Amino acid sequence: MADENTPVAVAPAPTPAAANAPAKPTVKVKIEAPAFREYPTIPALRADAMIDPDPYAATAAHNEAMGFPGTLVDGWEQKAVAKMGELLGKYRSLKVYMDACVHCGACTDKCHYFIGTGNPKNMPVARQDLMRSVYRRYYTLPGKLFPKLVGARDMTKDVLDDWFRYYNQCSECRRCSVFCPYGIDTAEVTMAAKEIMHSIGVGHKYVNEIIGKVHKIGNNLGLPGPALENTLEGLEEDVLEDTGAAVKYPLDVKGAEVLLVTPSADFFAEPHVDSLIGYGKVFHAAGISWTLSSKASEAGNFGMFIGNYEQMQKIAMRVREAALELGVKRIVVGECGHAWRVAYAFWNTLTGIGAGANDPFAIQLQKQLDPNYKQPSHICEVTWDLIQAGRLKFNKEANDHRIVTFHDSCNVARGSRMGDYAGGQFEIPRNIIKAVANHYVEMSPDTTHERTFCCGGGGGLLTDELLDLRVKGALPRMEALNRIVQHDGVNFMATICAICKAQFTKVLPYYGFKMSMVGGVHQLVSTAIVLDNEQ
Amino acid sequence: MSLLFAILFYAATLILAGGVAYRIYDYARTPAPLKIPTTPAPTTTGGVAFRMFREVVFFESLFKSNLWIWALGWLFHVGLALVLLRHLRYFTEPVNFIIAFIQPFGMYAGFAMAAGLAGLWARRFLVERIRYISTPSDHLMLALLLGIAVTGLLMKFVMHTDIVAVKTFFLGLMVFEINPLPAHPGLYLHLGMVVLLMIIFPVSKLLHAPGVFFSPTRNQVDNPRETRHLAPWAAKFEAKN
Repeated sequence: MADENTPVAVAPAPTPAAANAPAKPTVKVKIEAPAFREYPTIPALRADAMIDPDPYAATAAHNEAMGFPGTLVDGWEQKAVAKMGELLGKYRSLKVYMDACVHCGACTDKCHYFIGTGNPKNMPVARQDLMRSVYRRYYTLPGKLFPKLVGARDMTKDVLDDWFRYYNQCSECRRCSVFCPYGIDTAEVTMAAKEIMHSIGVGHKYVNEIIGKVHKIGNNLGLPGPALENTLEGLEEDVLEDTGAAVKYPLDVKGAEVLLVTPSADFFAEPHVDSLIGYGKVFHAAGISWTLSSKASEAGNFGMFIGNYEQMQKIAMRVREAALELGVKRIVVGECGHAWRVAYAFWNTLTGIGAGANDPFAIQLQKQLDPNYKQPSHICEVTWDLIQAGRLKFNKEANDHRIVTFHDSCNVARGSRMGDYAGGQFEIPRNIIKAVANHYVEMSPDTTHERTFCCGGGGGLLTDELLDLRVKGALPRMEALNRIVQHDGVNFMATICAICKAQFTKVLPYYGFKMSMVGGVHQLVSTAIVLDNEQ
Repeated sequence: MSLLFAILFYAATLILAGGVAYRIYDYARTPAPLKIPTTPAPTTTGGVAFRMFREVVFFESLFKSNLWIWALGWLFHVGLALVLLRHLRYFTEPVNFIIAFIQPFGMYAGFAMAAGLAGLWARRFLVERIRYISTPSDHLMLALLLGIAVTGLLMKFVMHTDIVAVKTFFLGLMVFEINPLPAHPGLYLHLGMVVLLMIIFPVSKLLHAPGVFFSPTRNQVDNPRETRHLAPWAAKFEAKN
C-alpha cells in the first residue's frame, strides 16, 4: 500500500486544456476528448475554459492579396466602428439582429462549441453580444447615455481580442437560428465581425491562405492543373482495374453536358476521393457526358466564411467563367456543405447561375444552361432523379458489411434545399442511401435534420491550431453516434460535406472510433452501382 | 398633475409612434443582399406568411427551443395582449362588443401576465446561463412591466380608483381636452410606468416586436434558384465583371 504521504499520480480531471498556458504556437497542449455524458445535460459555465492556442493571425501578405490592410491599422477603433455602421446599412440581417435580441436565453445551450467547452462566450447570445455591446455603445441612444445599464462597451483592444478569439470559434452552422424566436442567426453576426476585422487588418491565417490559393491556382488545396490531370488519369486506371468499366474522369472537355464542380479534397483526400469515383460512375452508368474544370476546380467558397460579398462573388465567378468557356448545359455541385449553400442560395445572386432573371448579365448564362434542370443541381439530386427514372442499377448487398447512418451537414440542412419541396435536403440523401444499402439507422432526432450538430470543423476552423476546439465541438455528434454504435452496431457515418469528412477523420479517433467510419453518400453509391460493361 | 400626465402622454405617444415608424422604415429600406432563410423554409409567399403567423402567434421556434421560456413568455405575451385589448374600453365610447366581451378574460389575463413576468425574471436569477447574459436593463425592463401589471391589478382588485374619471381623462386627451385625473398614487405609478415604457420602446430590445417581421431568416421565400435576388448595392459589382 502506498504511503499516505507519497504523492500519487492522479488522473487529470476532465478540465479544459491548459487554461493559463501562454497562447503561443510552441505550447504543446494535450488534446483530449470530453467524456461521453450518460444523459446529455447542459454544461455548467466554465468562464476560464480556453481553447489553446488562439487562432493564428493571417500574414500581411495574405491580407493584402485580398485587398485588406496587412496589419492592424492606425485609428482602428474608429475605423472598426465606422465599418460596422456601413454594414448596418448594407445588411438588414445585422441591423435587425443587433436590435431584436431580448436575452431570453433560448439559444444558450444550442451551440456545439458551448456544449463541448462550457465557455460562456460560446453561447450564441454571448457571442453576438461581443458585437452587440459595441453596437449599443455607438449606435443606440441608451448605450451612448448609460453604457453600463445596457451592457454597452467601447471598442477596445480587449474587445477586439475577444472578437478574434470567439468569432473564430463559431462555425457559422446556424443551429442557434433554428431556435431563436426572432430567427437571429449568429453566423450573420460572425460574418459581419470578420468583415469588420478584415477592414482593419485582422484576418485568420488558415482561411486567408486558402482564399489566396483559390485565386492563384484555382482550388483550396493549391492543386495545379497538371497534377489534377494526373490524379484523374490515375483514378480512371483504378476504376478500370476494380470494375472493368472504362469510367472517365474528364477535365476541361468543351461541349460536355455537365460541368461538375466539387471540393478539391475530392481529388486526393480520403475518404473524399471515393465519392468522386462514385460521381463518375453515376454519369457513366447514365450515359451523361460530363467534365471537371481546372479553372473551377473547387466548389468550396471561403469567401462566405469571412462574410465578404466581393470575395465570395470573385470566387463564385470562376464557375460562371468555366461554364461559359466549356459551353456546358448543366452545372452540378459535388458533396460539400458550405459550397452547396453558396451554390444553391447565392450563385444566382452572385453570378446569375439560376433562373428568373431579367438582367443582361444573368440572361447571357441562362441562354446556355438547360432550363429543364435545376441550375445548379446537387449531385444527390442528379443521382436521385436517375434512380427514380430507373436509369441506375445497384447491387445493394455490396454494402452489406456496412451499417450506415447519415450525418446532416449544417449548411445543407439549414442553409439550402434539394428537390422541389422544403426538406428535400434531408430526404434525398437518405433515399439514395436506402436505395444502395440494406442497413440504415437514424441518429437521435435531436441531432439530425434541422437540429443537426455541426461536425465541429466548419466555418473556416478546420485547422490544426484549433484542434482542441474541434475535438470538443464534435462532442454532441459523437455522443449521438456512440449511442447507435452501441445499440445498433453502426459502422459507417455517411455525409455530404468535404469539411465534415476531413473533420471526422481527424476527431473520430479521439473518441475511440475508427477514422474510416466516415465517408460520402456517393462512396456508398460507388460500392453498389452496377456498370453495364462490368466483367 | 392632470396637465403633467397629459403632456407626458402626448410626448410618449409621439415618441412611440414616431420612433417605431422610423425603425420600421429603417429596417424596410436596409437591403437583404443574400437569400438566407433558415431552411427548411417555405417555397411560396403564402408559406412564409404562415410561418410568420406561427412564429408571432405561437412562438414556434421558442417552443422547439425551451419549453420553460416558451410557456412563461407565451403566458406573458398573451396576457399582455388581452390586457391591452381590455384597456381599449378606456379609450372608446361606445365600447365595441368584442372589447366588452373579453373584459372578464382581460382581468384574469393580468394575473397570467404577472405570473409569466415573475417566472421570466426568476430565470434571470436562477439559471446560471441566463444570469450570465443578463444586463441591468434586462432586469429593469422586467421590473417595469411587472410594476405596471401589479399596480394595475391592485387598482382592479384592492385599491380602486375612479375609473370613470380616468376614462374621461383619456377620452378628453383624444380631442385635446384636459379633464381632471383622479389623485390616486397607484394610478400615478401605473401611468408613469406606462409612459416610461412607451418612451424606451423605440430604443430598446422591445424592438423585437417589429424586428421579427423583418428577420431575413424567417421572412424570405426559399426560391433562390428560381428567382434572382439582387440588392441595389450588389448589382453595381456586375458592371466590373
